[in-house]
Amino acid sequence: MRALPGGARVYVGIIVVSAVTIVLVGPYSGIDLKTLVLVAVLFVVAESISTIVVSNGKMGMSPSSAVSLAAVVLVGPVGAAVVGFASCLTIRKQILVKRAFNGAQFALAAYAAGHVYLLCGGAVGEPARADFPMILLPYVAAVVTHTAVNSALVGVLMWTLGAVRTRRRSPIHWRPLVAVELSSIGYQMLGLAIAAVWGGVGVVAPLLVLLPLFIARWTFAQQADEARAHEATLATLCQAVETKDYYTRGHCMRVAEGAAMIARELGMPAERVQKIRYAGMLHDIGKLGVPTKVLQKTGKLTDEEYAAIKLHPTRGYEIVREISFLDEALAGIRHHHERLDGRGYPMGLVGMEIPESARIISVADVFDCLTSTRSYRKAWSVEDAIAELRACVGTQFDGRMVEALVRAVEREGWKTPDVVEPPGGCYEAAEKAVGRTGPPAAEGSAPAPAEAVPGGRDR
Amino acid sequence: MMTQSQSGEAPSPRPPLTGPEGGALGLQRSREPIWRTARPVRAVSVAAAGAGTMAAVVWTAAHGAVEPYVALTFCLVIAVGELARITLPGHREVAPIASAGAISYAFLVSLGDAPVEHSAAQVIAVVGLGLALGELPHVAVGRSPRLEDLARRVLAVMLIAAAFRPLVTQLSLTEPSVRVTLIMASLVLLAWLVDAAMAGVLRAERLRTNLLVAVRDEVRAQFATGAAIGASGVLIALACTVTGLVGLLVFSAPLLVSQVAFRRHAEVRRTYLETVRALSRVTEVGGYVENGHSRRVSHLAHAIACELGFSEAQLLELEYAALMHDIGQLSLREPIAGGATVLASPREQRRIAELGSAIIRETGVLDSVAEIVRRQCEPLAGDGDEGVPPLGSRIIKVANAFDDLVGENGDDERRAAVLERLRMDTDSEYDPKVVDALATVLARA
Repeated sequence: MRALPGGARVYVGIIVVSAVTIVLVGPYSGIDLKTLVLVAVLFVVAESISTIVVSNGKMGMSPSSAVSLAAVVLVGPVGAAVVGFASCLTIRKQILVKRAFNGAQFALAAYAAGHVYLLCGGAVGEPARADFPMILLPYVAAVVTHTAVNSALVGVLMWTLGAVRTRRRSPIHWRPLVAVELSSIGYQMLGLAIAAVWGGVGVVAPLLVLLPLFIARWTFAQQADEARAHEATLATLCQAVETKDYYTRGHCMRVAEGAAMIARELGMPAERVQKIRYAGMLHDIGKLGVPTKVLQKTGKLTDEEYAAIKLHPTRGYEIVREISFLDEALAGIRHHHERLDGRGYPMGLVGMEIPESARIISVADVFDCLTSTRSYRKAWSVEDAIAELRACVGTQFDGRMVEALVRAVEREGWKTPDVVEPPGGCYEAAEKAVGRTGPPAAEGSAPAPAEAVPGGRDR
Repeated sequence: MMTQSQSGEAPSPRPPLTGPEGGALGLQRSREPIWRTARPVRAVSVAAAGAGTMAAVVWTAAHGAVEPYVALTFCLVIAVGELARITLPGHREVAPIASAGAISYAFLVSLGDAPVEHSAAQVIAVVGLGLALGELPHVAVGRSPRLEDLARRVLAVMLIAAAFRPLVTQLSLTEPSVRVTLIMASLVLLAWLVDAAMAGVLRAERLRTNLLVAVRDEVRAQFATGAAIGASGVLIALACTVTGLVGLLVFSAPLLVSQVAFRRHAEVRRTYLETVRALSRVTEVGGYVENGHSRRVSHLAHAIACELGFSEAQLLELEYAALMHDIGQLSLREPIAGGATVLASPREQRRIAELGSAIIRETGVLDSVAEIVRRQCEPLAGDGDEGVPPLGSRIIKVANAFDDLVGENGDDERRAAVLERLRMDTDSEYDPKVVDALATVLARA
């Protein structure tokens, strides 16, 4: 409790006291005690299992709220409050305050839902055949109330804790939020199923209802694990490819972050941000097809060598095009060296012909090149790099992307690579360190002025 | 082999976009007469499901349908469910909503106040028509169903309907009660077991693998979907006794959530595999190994492992390991001549394996794959005191050597010669069991 700010302490106190008052005052007339106890036990069990199953706290829906809503129908508002309050007894590691608040929150939400249910004309008790389908209306009202009260209670708690205030500038993404709310309402419709078959088959009913839900939860959790594994594998393989050149180490991960920052700033949906992040990670994978000696050459590039370098976006696209979920982000890999004025490669696309994802990755790519050390020059400061990007708006970059990056970097900061010199004794390090200290080489055969930016060749 | 000087050329054609299982699936496209199929069990089950459904439709048409509107509603729900079928990892096609709808129709004892007394034949006819209706749009756009999975969906419902419908009249079941629920639950369990066993037999037949292993794989893979479908089917049937047909629509909701979860999970799994497959080509593009080498080794290793009775999880691990077995070469400054690791010195080979294993271990999630890759070039008895290398490593060693020596376009003669050469080394280098399995695989192709 000591860690809580004063406001939060008062707030939690108020919530818990009001919940306890409701539970103590009653009235308990007309509530079947046996049903009440059974439902409460069921709720505690469901809560305990769901916290075990849910390893990531991302998806804020809990199958157990279906039981809480069944209680609304079966034992009325007060009974439902008791059932909700029983979640204090859940078997899990939790500090006392959180436990109390959770219980109180469930109790209040269920109590409110119960009264809304009664107001809309719902009857307490096992629904009979004649009640269908009219019972749906009060029940749906109860579900909506339950969700709303729950979110409001948690939202206010977050506000008193000061967690919300820190970042609220990025636009709210409605789509995923709506999806979560809808599926959670879908879950809660099952409360009615539990209530409906309670009369006939008793405790067996919730088992039938909750089994598919827990399976869904379990699958979601597994999926989250696998998504993490996928991410880790992708990142590792990209980094493995980078081992060819010590100086570009970490480049792909930083470009991925930068591209994701821009995409988020532009208000793209989370799924698309993720795709662009992956594309950023993979954008230079085609460099593997470019001979190492060309990549690491410090002097002027011959036309032939420059042609080999120009091929790498296409090569990269060839490698990853089978990863079907990337779809439009594939274009980002293929065209990340195009320029707005049409002098880029491989296809010389002009202006808005260049896919959006490519325009994003291109900015992130150059920004990271400028702010990291190369074999032929020191890293630029973030300010200088931003000035350079702005200078190239219109010829090389899309101004929207550059400004998005500037805004995101101003807010979240930019992590520049901290490694400057390759450590000795590293595999191949001795070989590579030779001749790495000379002055920055001129940009070889780079044709356009903007390419003459130091580091332009890496892009 | 792709060398660096060729980097200006257009990319060479790649093998078709299929995994090892995809290759095995291709078997069914032969031009032989139907009765000489390579997969008789599949043919028999599809024929049984088809014939049974036809008979049921004819019988129902002749005797007239009981409660036609109820039948129509269920038929439509089943059709929608079939339309929304999903493919789970391992090419398993399921249609949870269709199956649950079918099961609940088989279990329906009353609707609101009115008892329902449709026959088993009517259940089968309704389910068959619903599935056919749901498949129509898929077929129209060229996404034909996997017939054996479709047949299994029909057969499972046939079993349940044939066992339960007679009971309804005999025991005069009209109310939801614990007894009815128990009967339903045990029937669902039975049907699920039969279904999983059948899926196992079909899988063993398709992949040419050990029957017991295949059944175990299927039981494990179908556990989650089976439980979700069964529970929902029973729930809907029971709920409909109280709520009427509304229950069918409202209480499909939990299954909808499960279905979304299954679908997402399958997508992530597919993406993961696609990513590893795609990225395994970086060694080819970099000119480190011959074009298509990783994929050929992975196909061959998969076939050998099936022959040796690997479980599904092990197969997946082996596939990852085979695809990435040469990834250590990325750490080499220049590609080794010809890219064929079998021709490199043992010290060099070991170093590549160690480097590759270190890269894979970096991911933090593929430790056993890293272990397989690390020990892929050890001799049969193993190196040092670590003992015999894992079977996966021994398989990759054989498959890799075979592919390196045969090359992309080896003819039969060359294959036979290479196989002989591998056989000669079975006392020290290669596992004789694995080489025998390779011979079986080659003889079949």
